Amino acid sequence: MEDKKRNEAYNKYVSAKIPKTRPWPTLFNSFWVGGVICLIGQGVNDLLLLIFPSLSEQSAWAYTLIVLIFIASFLTGIGVYDQIGKFAGGGSIVPITGFSNSITSPSIEFKSEGIVYGICVKMFTIAGPVIVFGVVSSMVVGLIYWIISLF
Amino acid sequence: MDIFLTYLIVFLIGGFVCMLGELLIITTNMTSARILVTFVLIGVFLEAVGVFDYISDFAKAGINVPIVGFGASLAKGVIGAVESQGLLGVFTGGLTATAGGIAAAIGFAFLFALIFKSHTKK
Amino acid sequence: MKLVQTIILKKQPRIIGSYTIVGPKEGNGNFGPYFDYVMKDDCFGEETYEKAERKMLESAVTGVIEKAKLSVKDIDIMIAGDLLNQIVSSSYAARAFQFPFLGVYGACSTMAESVAVGSVLIDGGYFDNVVCCTGSHFSTAERQYRFPLELGNQRPPTSQWTVTGAGSCILSLKGEGPRVTMVTFGKVIDWGINDVNNMGAAMAPAVRDTMLRHFKNTKTSPNDYDLIVTGDLGKLGSEILIDLMEDEGITLGVNYCDCGQMYFKRDQKTLCGASGAGCCATVFNSYLMAKMREGQYKKILFLPTGALLSATSTQQGDTIPSVCHAIVIEM
Repeated sequence: MEDKKRNEAYNKYVSAKIPKTRPWPTLFNSFWVGGVICLIGQGVNDLLLLIFPSLSEQSAWAYTLIVLIFIASFLTGIGVYDQIGKFAGGGSIVPITGFSNSITSPSIEFKSEGIVYGICVKMFTIAGPVIVFGVVSSMVVGLIYWIISLF
Repeated sequence: MDIFLTYLIVFLIGGFVCMLGELLIITTNMTSARILVTFVLIGVFLEAVGVFDYISDFAKAGINVPIVGFGASLAKGVIGAVESQGLLGVFTGGLTATAGGIAAAIGFAFLFALIFKSHTKK
Repeated sequence: MKLVQTIILKKQPRIIGSYTIVGPKEGNGNFGPYFDYVMKDDCFGEETYEKAERKMLESAVTGVIEKAKLSVKDIDIMIAGDLLNQIVSSSYAARAFQFPFLGVYGACSTMAESVAVGSVLIDGGYFDNVVCCTGSHFSTAERQYRFPLELGNQRPPTSQWTVTGAGSCILSLKGEGPRVTMVTFGKVIDWGINDVNNMGAAMAPAVRDTMLRHFKNTKTSPNDYDLIVTGDLGKLGSEILIDLMEDEGITLGVNYCDCGQMYFKRDQKTLCGASGAGCCATVFNSYLMAKMREGQYKKILFLPTGALLSATSTQQGDTIPSVCHAIVIEM
């Protein structure tokens, strides 16, 4: 009982002691880097539509995302993306490029354990929950939509 | 002029969404996996209640490039599939709509994992 | 029941040789000029970082044997540890040698633990020359405890940087060098911190406990030592320790310092400082040993701490227990 009290007091003391960083520089960095990544996306999309006017809007978006994923995956491979991430934080995590980075980085990291047990098994250690939550929540939405459509 | 305005909106909204992510990281100490999950769920929700298309028309890449757009296409796909295939659509819709992104991420990750080696941080 | 914890050594084994090997970033740090060997890159000519860590430990052992002007045949036993699961780096490094091996694990306190165990073994009269060796590698620790290297995330302001490096020393009754005079084995202490990015706060109570016990059992005070060195509490952790000791009425003054806090230069961006088993091992076996031999310090209290967590225990939401072992070195 006494231990619990002491631990609580200690935790409180420690959280007061933790150095407070000024949030504004990182917030600003994440803002402009995130904005630039979105701009690149828009640019790629417009360019695709310009070159291939027959593309439907939806396929153009799909191509755009694939291009962004490719770029992010490549930058991860050559060891640049983690430096962007260190600088921008959320700015490079939230865009689809962050998703790509979180799949590529464990694959590269665990390459040393072989192709099957390294690359393939560890590929989703970070991005797995994104796909699981995404698919499960979309199924919930679909189910609700289906039930409503019955009436 | 029109194009400039579009790009400005893309930049501002895209940056704002990413800044929200950073704000979450700073205030809650979330790891990047949790951030991604949160934003995917937001996307699914926005699409499910039918707001996403309005935002998307306005913000374009500003909302589609962030992982929110990924969530929205999951929900959009599932709703479309339920309309055309009924109950089966609940299972096929989401992944069909996002297959391009997921396959690209897996494929490129595999490719680059074969080529590159992890670098020590400086 | 009498709680022993502190042992006053009768034969006082000497540290007759010490050797350190570090990575390039560490070589650029504050202790750079004192290290015996600075690697050109973190891979050390090996395919994987794990293999590099093994090779580091291996060359630390051969290096120290050479430096102490002994041959492999003179060594009776090797005591070593590291941070990887099942302390593979040490065991695999020991594979290359023909002497018995004792694996010890005390996370970042492993250096003190191995020296403490080694001195007690010698004091008991069973062994003549004991090699103690400890090391860690940033890239292997990072992937075992945290995230892949290429993941673009930010490090929280309380996080510390695992040192790439290995240190080793030879304890013996014959020869010249600083003497190990007292040993205090620490208890495992847990004050309920569960933030893995704040190891300093988790480990400071362990130092407090061992330090209080040591001062009481040996009837000494901070003023009796030229230098009191903790392992890798880092900037935040050492501030916490000073506060904790203040509460007990003990003032840690200018003769107190922390290896982790001093390790890197300010522009190396390591936030709260260095950590890892290699941190205090490399400082102890390079800078501290050199300064003792020069005569700048006559009596040092060395208290590295270890956070005894695993990736699994963290994911299950457990708090972080820590341990701190103290050794006193006199010239």
